[in-house]
Amino acid sequence: MRFGILVFPGTWSDADCYYQVKDVLGQDADYVWHREESLDGFDCVILPGGFSYGDYLRAGAIARFSPVMNALSDFASAGGLVVGICNGFQVLCEAGLLPGVLMRNAHLEYRCQWTNLRAERTDTPFTTRCGLLQSLRIPVSHGEGNYYADADTLDRLERNGQVLFRYCDDAGRIAETCNPNGSARNIAGIINERGNVLGMMPHPERSCEPLLGSDDGNLIFLSVIDSFR
Amino acid sequence: MPVTKEILDEIALSQAEYGMIVDRLDREPNPVELGMFGALWSEHCGYKHSRPLLRLFPSRSPRVLSQSGAENAGAVDIGDGLAVVFKVESHNHPSAVEPLQGAATGVGGIVRDILAMGARPIALLNSLRFGPLDSAQNRHLFRGVVEGISWYGNCIGVPDVAGEIYFDDSYSQNPLVNAMCVGVVSTDKLASAAAGQSGSVLLLVGADTGRDGIHGASGLASRTFEEEQELRPTVQVGNPFLEKVLIESCLEALETGCVTGIQDLGAAGLTSAAIESAYRGGRGIILDLSRVHRREPGMTGYEVMLSESQERMLLVTPPENVETVRKVFQKWDVPCNEIGQVIRQPQAHIVDGEESVAQLPIEQLTEAPRYRLKGAPSSEQLERQQLSLGDVPLPSQGVPDTLLQLLASPNIASKRSVYQQYDHQVQTNTVVGPGSDAAVLRIKGSNKAIALSIDCNSRYCFLDPYRGGQIVVAEVCRNLSSTGAEPLALTDCLNFGNPERPEIYYQLEWCVRGMAHACRFLGVPVVSGNVSLYNESQGQAIYPTPIVGGLGLLEDVNARVPSAFPEEGLAVYLLGQSSLRPRASDLAGSEILQVTHQRVAGRPSISLPLEQRVQALCRQAIAQELILSAHDCSEGGLAVALAECAIPTGVGFLGTTVLSRLARRWDCVLFGERQSRIAVTLRWEDAAKLGFIAAEMDVPVLEVGHTGGNRFRLGRYADLLLSEVADAWEGGLDRALVS
Repeated sequence: MRFGILVFPGTWSDADCYYQVKDVLGQDADYVWHREESLDGFDCVILPGGFSYGDYLRAGAIARFSPVMNALSDFASAGGLVVGICNGFQVLCEAGLLPGVLMRNAHLEYRCQWTNLRAERTDTPFTTRCGLLQSLRIPVSHGEGNYYADADTLDRLERNGQVLFRYCDDAGRIAETCNPNGSARNIAGIINERGNVLGMMPHPERSCEPLLGSDDGNLIFLSVIDSFR
Repeated sequence: MPVTKEILDEIALSQAEYGMIVDRLDREPNPVELGMFGALWSEHCGYKHSRPLLRLFPSRSPRVLSQSGAENAGAVDIGDGLAVVFKVESHNHPSAVEPLQGAATGVGGIVRDILAMGARPIALLNSLRFGPLDSAQNRHLFRGVVEGISWYGNCIGVPDVAGEIYFDDSYSQNPLVNAMCVGVVSTDKLASAAAGQSGSVLLLVGADTGRDGIHGASGLASRTFEEEQELRPTVQVGNPFLEKVLIESCLEALETGCVTGIQDLGAAGLTSAAIESAYRGGRGIILDLSRVHRREPGMTGYEVMLSESQERMLLVTPPENVETVRKVFQKWDVPCNEIGQVIRQPQAHIVDGEESVAQLPIEQLTEAPRYRLKGAPSSEQLERQQLSLGDVPLPSQGVPDTLLQLLASPNIASKRSVYQQYDHQVQTNTVVGPGSDAAVLRIKGSNKAIALSIDCNSRYCFLDPYRGGQIVVAEVCRNLSSTGAEPLALTDCLNFGNPERPEIYYQLEWCVRGMAHACRFLGVPVVSGNVSLYNESQGQAIYPTPIVGGLGLLEDVNARVPSAFPEEGLAVYLLGQSSLRPRASDLAGSEILQVTHQRVAGRPSISLPLEQRVQALCRQAIAQELILSAHDCSEGGLAVALAECAIPTGVGFLGTTVLSRLARRWDCVLFGERQSRIAVTLRWEDAAKLGFIAAEMDVPVLEVGHTGGNRFRLGRYADLLLSEVADAWEGGLDRALVS
């Protein structure tokens, strides 16, 4: 299958995502410059991490106006799979493709550290390779990853099964001490109602080989690949 | 125009130097010309006090591809057609004035040095010094610097993989911020800073030129802290987003093959970039300042030539290729303007539209005067070296509390709360990140990895500059060897006080001599560096602080070991020592002497032959898979090193009675800082084999205990819960910040 990796000025995980899907997982992949107006030919589009437009104004706030975002909206409406990682998650929220916002970390500091994530569902195209409630070792690296939505929205997300990943301990238990940024209900990643757009703060592309400390991040993209078989 | 002392002070030139300029030109320079001389003859650009000393460093080896000083950073061949490029540079004075922006732009500046070699920046390291954290001003500087590095480094997508931080009174008004950057490039794509063929076009790309940072090189770097307080507006302001797109656009432009020269605009801005580029190419330049894109109207030629606005690069390209290069920058929305051209005569013609601004011979500008100053040790220097064990009472609190106190000392305590604010994983090469002896980064597309470390114990240098200089080099190499990597080359940043004072020049000269001697002995060249002098406030100089960054190579990324105990049931050995007999020199400049006796005294010592053999043994035993973890003994000595091995993995340590057999002077035995020692783990069945190789290589080794359990036991001296030991170390820095 063919992955498209969006590149905005200031994106920095583009090469890491490319390396994971192409070199580690052996799939076709191409970079897509933010001025492109079409996403034809891609099966899954990744919005990588970084500081698009320097995150000036607000993380993701300027990138959402890039020409490629219209194409992305059409791509998602047509059921294409979209994975927004870190800054990509922020862009998806700003663009209205996912609900909620990512606020400054509660402790006001940038945080780069390993976290454990629990997959809350294994019947989505992003998680079929994960065990139910399995703890995945995947790192975060962000200053604005504190997920927030009003209580009604959060309740709706929970009801619809849209909360896909939560920060947990290495045994899969949810606790406030495992939450690196103050996110509401330990939320690390959500999907849209239709279930084809994923946004997550942790970086699965950074846990793609045991040499780097974990290859749990591959499970997400292997699930995506499986869904096209 | 008669020149006044005020004008000369502004640009940090002496009356005699002014006279020299008039002699060379056979006329008075105009203000712009004088400003250009001031910038290029500053210590930062011209090395007028340090160049004769820098020549002492060995700079060649079969792997070194660059000639020291000829390019922006040193390049080292690591095989497979790849070169590693690296350099460390200071940003002390701007950080003292405005810590966040000072540190941020320090990171930005060193990254552009690496970019100017055509290399992709793959790692950042930093070395920081502050005054004690019980002062609000020092806490402000500390927090600001860390935030600046985090803000800038994280945004540009270059991982910050290793560093060190120390606190001492001598840095109270004068913090040190040294940033190191490492890049990788194909050996056939190493870029040059030389201007190239006459007729080539000079392109200025990146940020608009503003009024910030004027006199950064000559002014800030020669003034004292009190004067700097008023200079806040001259500190440069960084834009890390622009730096990120500048990295990508410049690398893409270089990829077209249309760029023949590339140079960053750092200290002294356009003046230094254009003149040095012309000088390296043996050419001249014409610059038209009216074509420089400016941030504000009304800027004078002087301001444009000396602005230190960040995120700018100068590219040289043949005229027929300008359009190709311009298109790349258009794609990235990065301003790109033709501002001049290379000419055959080695002259600098600076014009502003129709008006001539400066006309100078290149060589006169770049040939800064050289001064060989005379050093002499101060009378206190010899007094400080006196230390006999008879004068040092044993700490009354006993071993357990001394251990906990040392582990919690901000100099030794875990720096996690700092480095977790730095992205240390982006680019997915980080195999071993911060918090170890050295970082290890795999090189994608090969089986190799590089090891990186940065270090300096300035207390040792203060007590004995010559031996301290040797120890700095030895320890950086030891850090690299402790991962299994072979040290290949070093970069250095010499942070000292005012060299015009004999006792400071003495420190500078003998530190350099000691470092150079150790470099030759251990076979590692110095391939790049930087000098920061006049680090003083209220007449008080900082400790002599020659920061050294090291590059090591692992032919096989899997042939590396961690510093922490990997598992239970392993034997723990000490390489480099066969008996724990106490010596006064063990305590020289040690953390225990400072923390428990508030003394900085003694004369540190090192044997380079032993050092070399210990490191060789460590590397060989790692390659043979005998050694499973290795951690160098440094500040806090053996006991602290063992605790640092146990804490990260939660694997306890049970020390043998050898630790307590010898006696009364447990301060020397457990916390002394004798050099050339590495604590390692191995399987019991491999102990005899290690002993055999060690004997063959003439390295003393000593069994000191084994791993396991949840306690940390030092013979009969201390038996603590590992969690208690961990808490002291992990929380030490945060508690010091709050108190």
